[in-house]
Amino acid sequence: MIYWQLFLAFFVPNIVGYGGGPAIIPLIENEVVGNYGWMTHQVFAETLALGNALPSPIATKMAGYIGYDVAGASGAMVAVLATVGPSLLLMLAALGTLYRYRNSIKVKSMSQWVRPVVMVLMAYLTWSFLREGMASSGLIHTLIIGAVAFGLLLKTRVHPALVVCFGLGYGALLLG
Amino acid sequence: MIPLVHQEVVKRHEWMDDDAFADVLAIGNTLPGPIASKMAGYIGFRVAGTFGAIIALIAVIVPVIFAMIALLGIYSRYGDQRWVQGMGQGIVPVVMVMMAQLTLDFFNKSRAGLGIIATLIMGVIAGGLIYGLGIHPGLVIGAILVAALLRPDPDAKRRRADVNKETTR
Repeated sequence: MIYWQLFLAFFVPNIVGYGGGPAIIPLIENEVVGNYGWMTHQVFAETLALGNALPSPIATKMAGYIGYDVAGASGAMVAVLATVGPSLLLMLAALGTLYRYRNSIKVKSMSQWVRPVVMVLMAYLTWSFLREGMASSGLIHTLIIGAVAFGLLLKTRVHPALVVCFGLGYGALLLG
Repeated sequence: MIPLVHQEVVKRHEWMDDDAFADVLAIGNTLPGPIASKMAGYIGFRVAGTFGAIIALIAVIVPVIFAMIALLGIYSRYGDQRWVQGMGQGIVPVVMVMMAQLTLDFFNKSRAGLGIIATLIMGVIAGGLIYGLGIHPGLVIGAILVAALLRPDPDAKRRRADVNKETTR
């Protein structure tokens, strides 16, 4: 049942999604590309690039688009509900309990302890995209685009949308 | 994003005061999932009930999803053109660098909180479990979250130590 799979694919990453917004990305990739094979690495990269260029949280954008891509408008709704529903319902239902724990050291350590794991998942995803880039565009182009993107993103802090445009333009002119 | 929501909710519409907003933010952070949609849903609910929650959520989530579907739809319509395929290839190294940047961010945050040794040890063990033994990353993270919740409360221990000091004196 595709809707149930979609629900699980977005429920699981979000229910363990501590440590900051982007922590969700490698977990979603693991489900969408690895577990269910709905997308290739390349298409996931394209979706993520567009998502990074647009405002609002990355988790709901990815859920909405991937849900739509897999099973149409109702797929998008299921994926978005799986993303925002559970923790919102918990927040409304258990406000008093959560209020007591809002500055708890345990809650802080949840985010803290998860970060090294997310770091490893991110590093692995970086490596997957490196392999994907080398297979489709070759080492030289991958290194050139990567180096320019690195310089722009880490040294100048321009908006990611511009860096995405650079990759699109380079690809259209030199890789087409 | 949060400062902008604060501007609207506290300053412009005066639905809640600064303290209440800070509490909602702190409570939101005790739960998993994106903070923006939790804030929107909860504040919407407080202001105007279930319907308010739905409206606020739709306002945060839906416009951008439509933009994604429209843009990627146009893109895939011309997917058989060579130069469009080139665009798709050109984007992969950019996303690779974005992921590398996030990896670095998480490394730095983790180092600041746990120290470099704990970060590396936890990273290696997690990597071995996930990529060596093929354990689902959600399970690994879930186990860590449970461990963090079950850890003895450091505050309680300090309080008990204080009490002991008092009684022995």
